[in-house]
Amino acid sequence: MKAISIQNISKWYKDTKALDHISLEVGRGQLFGLIGPDGAGKSTLFRILTTLLLADEGEAFVDGLHIEKDYREIRKRVGYMPGRFSLYQDLSVEENLSFFATIFGTTIAENYDLIKDIYVQIEPFKKRLAGKLSGGMKQKLALSCALIHKPSVLFLDEPTTGVDAVSRKEFWDMLKSLKEKNIAILVSTPYMDEATLCDKIALIQEGKILKIDEPEAMMAQFERPLFAVKTNSTYQLLKHLRVQSFTHSVLPFGECLHLVTTEALSPESIQEQLRSQGFIDVEVSKIRAGIEDVFLDLSHKAGNHA
Amino acid sequence: MFFWTYPIKQETMPNTKVIQVAGLTKQFGDFVAVDHISFEVEKGEIFGFLGANGAGKTTAMRMLTGLSKPSSGKGKVAGFDVLKESERIKERIGYMSQKFSLYEDLTVKENIRFYGGIYGLSRNQIGTKTSQILEELQLSEVGTKPVRSLPLGWKQRLAFAVSMVHEPEIVFLDEPTGGVDPNVRRQFWEAIYQAAELGRTIFVTTHYMDEAEYCDRISIMVSGKIKALDSPENLKKQFKASSMDQVFLKLAR
Repeated sequence: MKAISIQNISKWYKDTKALDHISLEVGRGQLFGLIGPDGAGKSTLFRILTTLLLADEGEAFVDGLHIEKDYREIRKRVGYMPGRFSLYQDLSVEENLSFFATIFGTTIAENYDLIKDIYVQIEPFKKRLAGKLSGGMKQKLALSCALIHKPSVLFLDEPTTGVDAVSRKEFWDMLKSLKEKNIAILVSTPYMDEATLCDKIALIQEGKILKIDEPEAMMAQFERPLFAVKTNSTYQLLKHLRVQSFTHSVLPFGECLHLVTTEALSPESIQEQLRSQGFIDVEVSKIRAGIEDVFLDLSHKAGNHA
Repeated sequence: MFFWTYPIKQETMPNTKVIQVAGLTKQFGDFVAVDHISFEVEKGEIFGFLGANGAGKTTAMRMLTGLSKPSSGKGKVAGFDVLKESERIKERIGYMSQKFSLYEDLTVKENIRFYGGIYGLSRNQIGTKTSQILEELQLSEVGTKPVRSLPLGWKQRLAFAVSMVHEPEIVFLDEPTGGVDPNVRRQFWEAIYQAAELGRTIFVTTHYMDEAEYCDRISIMVSGKIKALDSPENLKKQFKASSMDQVFLKLAR
């Protein structure tokens, strides 16, 4: 039995199709990433799976239980950390945690093992009001609260949005250790660079799944030749490359441009061509695709021009 | 592409440094939010201003934009003194943030007219700018639609264009790209590149480290001080890191 099984789920908000025939499965002890920008439908899917919203079409099972028929039982078994912090701002750290333990009919002591590694980091501030915590500490408290009743499936909706790089890293380390306790985790994020920290990912855009696979496999399947091109006059080069016959696509990627070509070319020949056009300082190297390259490629195929 | 900007009037910018600050400090009681920061930004440069939450970025930016008076230190922004001429600075800079920029229930044209008016443009100038912006951004068909009905990417480019309606020397972009749609983000950076190419200086604050790599140079603030300042490439070399994320982790820990 899968931890989560989704079959053809669709959801409309008036005329907008928020989810369009979504199907995916998450195994026990799997860390599954739902990767996509704002408006992709990630939160809608989370609300459906946590039985807070009804789907218009399709079926889904969480921990083997039907999301409509068995909604009461599901609510006891899942942990949910919504995108906006769900904490009571005017309760202290300790009070928030015992509140969540109480409504699930348990105590902090009973499942302390599970949250220990996370909670010790905020325990020095246990008398502080949740509203007065920093972003990173709120996130740790929210995760502790979502875990206190020992759920079998954990839903984390954009847990790292708006927190800084240090807290983000710590948070992913915590998820890794939870996974080892055989909890299935569905986590959503708009950050493409977090994709490789998951066992398996689904790329999602405008309510549709673009692709599901292991991140490594997804990157390895990128079909066309991909090059990183670097120069001091990035914008000039971008305009130049955009109109070349060998260019399939060219996009800014931080310090360099990522060039996808329509045919197999050597980096030297591209470099040569660009030098002859006056881009003296240009450096071209063949690179492996990252998840963001894959996403951009698939999203263009799907006809997105946001 | 379809972005617009204007060449900057040279006579207002006799030297090529558009931001020069030395020892800029802001204290709130005993707490030193910004602690003697010094740096310079060149005309046409894309300058990234980074730091964790609470590092002092916002306070520093408030001083640079004339919204907060420094406790000590000196500096010039767009040719004007940060201590004595903050009102003049405000006239010569543009500002855009993710949280506050366009009025959602005003139409595209009304937003342009509103900001044009705030910056003291004449009725004629506003008319000219409006048609320029609509044409360059290919928004003519939605000119009379409320901004709320536009897709995020369009809104963002419109907000950027509106922040430059008065042809400022410098545009401050305060956490400009939320949502992190890879397509939208790239369109936005192209607009930034284009503005910079025409001589506009771009000052960006962000806490997305991968985004920082689009900048010409980056400064990283930690506890009120600038701990690193260089091009992304040099910073990665200096900290023996493969990404800005790693540079940041090494500095912040």
